[in-house]
Amino acid sequence: MTQNSAAAPAVRPLTGRTGRRRHNAWTVRLCAAILVLVVAVAVLAPWITPYDPYLADFGSLWLPPSPDHWLGTDQLGRDMLSRLIAGARQTMLGAIALLALATVVGVTVGITAAWQRGWVDAVLGRVTDVMFAFPGLLFVILVIAVFDSGTGTAVVGMALAYAPAIARFTRAVALDELARPYIASYRLQGAGGLVICVRYLLPNMVSTLLGYLVVLFGEGLMSLAALNFIGFGAQPPSADWGLMVAEARNGVIQGYLGPALVPGLTIAVVVVATNVVGLHLSDKLAVRK
Amino acid sequence: MVGMLRRLGGMVVTLALSSLVIFASLYAAPGDPVSFLIGNPENLTPERVAAVRAEYHLDEPFGTQYLLWANDVLRGDLGTSFVYQQPVADLLGSRLAVTVTLVAYAAVLFVVIGVLLGAVSALRRGTVVDTIITGATTFATSVPNFVVALVLVSVFAVQLRWFEVTGDGDGFADRLYHLTLPAIALALGALAVITRVTRQTMVEQQSLEHVEVARSFGLSPPAIVRRHVLRNAIGPVLTMSGLTLAGMLAGAVVVESVFGLNGIGSLLVDSINTHDFPVVQAVVLYMVVAYMVVTTIIDLVYPLLDARTTTGGDTR
Repeated sequence: MTQNSAAAPAVRPLTGRTGRRRHNAWTVRLCAAILVLVVAVAVLAPWITPYDPYLADFGSLWLPPSPDHWLGTDQLGRDMLSRLIAGARQTMLGAIALLALATVVGVTVGITAAWQRGWVDAVLGRVTDVMFAFPGLLFVILVIAVFDSGTGTAVVGMALAYAPAIARFTRAVALDELARPYIASYRLQGAGGLVICVRYLLPNMVSTLLGYLVVLFGEGLMSLAALNFIGFGAQPPSADWGLMVAEARNGVIQGYLGPALVPGLTIAVVVVATNVVGLHLSDKLAVRK
Repeated sequence: MVGMLRRLGGMVVTLALSSLVIFASLYAAPGDPVSFLIGNPENLTPERVAAVRAEYHLDEPFGTQYLLWANDVLRGDLGTSFVYQQPVADLLGSRLAVTVTLVAYAAVLFVVIGVLLGAVSALRRGTVVDTIITGATTFATSVPNFVVALVLVSVFAVQLRWFEVTGDGDGFADRLYHLTLPAIALALGALAVITRVTRQTMVEQQSLEHVEVARSFGLSPPAIVRRHVLRNAIGPVLTMSGLTLAGMLAGAVVVESVFGLNGIGSLLVDSINTHDFPVVQAVVLYMVVAYMVVTTIIDLVYPLLDARTTTGGDTR
């Protein structure tokens, strides 16, 4: 929440498919290119930063963009471009870790619930209801109140908050899939539940899950940025984008918007790109049915 | 009727379980609950330990502790803040007005502007205007609200000096004035949803028979839009607005801290930073209850808003 909202929008349930194409091919290509670029920058970060992203230079505070510093410098005279590049790595890693953890837990629970039905299903339903009772970032904030701030706590807390939604989605998809004849035929051949779920069911669900997860990635990135902004996640001198905005906020009052705006807009662009790509994937891959 | 009762029953069960989670989170903390509750090791005096043990009934079995706590909460006793040394309920009460005003202000903004943009977009469907509105509102949703907040401060408070940078104002008019930028920052993220729902329902309505009939009777297009299209779009739009508003009660945390507003969101952030756990529990509990109550009311009210059931006549 996001917040947004960040938290407010963050609580919106995500229903990807409405059955129509939303974006033209060029928009999707552009957004995919942006994501590839950001990932490439994140991977190569330690080798391509023009300056040391953590090195303060008190002789050059709040510099505007120039040939020396393409995006200017921040409140400690650190090169903004270098921090943005270093931040790409931390921001993307945080969001990937959060999504990976949430997916492993959510998909496992969702498939188990769909396969076993009975009490597992009932418990999942209850847990999801309780989790959905905590709007926005509230659950993570409670986790942070108990376990203290830090990237680890924020990532694990967010993953726990997202896992029930993924589990519920996976369960619905798995129920559809389990009703199809090929599952019954594997059962007749005497395959065990675990084998059917892992070897046959899961690969057939990947395409449906993928679009949903990509959209969730953007949402997770934004929520994580909001937590880092409030100071509950990454701590200085980390170059995480959300934290960069928080650290540059005092500059806004003094008239320097750049150092807050650059990482802030970067977050927005990455979130838009993941949304477009995610929705495109779910539209396109859902056609298979 | 049965459905309503079941919905209410479900809400009560979920609330009971959520409150159990909020209470039990105390035991998830590393170390023992007493030193966690006291926070600062310097305050770990025998008297303080005894006071905390008594207040949280820590000598009783877990089930009893929870029931005693829940009983206190239901009677309006939310415990005592360790930092402010005053009842949490008073603290919450004094901060609530700012948050509620902020959320209400934001709700008015996103409903009015969202419906307007959605209507324009539906009436100009497929044109450049439609594309721009959809694109712009979608992008606005993806900009984190703390970034929107800082941009607003930079432009309207620092450059143009139309508004103050921080503070929540005294008196109603002054408060509204102070809450304008925060409310815009909060509302902007919700605009896309409301616009989309308005647009979608209006587009659907336009192709329905009752609108065709009105058109064939020679009613003027504005009258058709007002009396037949917009009116039937009210249900979905109000539902979505209500859900968004419910989420904002908790989503205001970030915006409140950017603008230095003394609402319950910033109270939550402060109490986490000062390890004031009774306040954290109370604010989280309050936000969960508010969210659940609002969403349940929307569920119960929704059938009443449907024009087909209220006007008595079946239009199909």
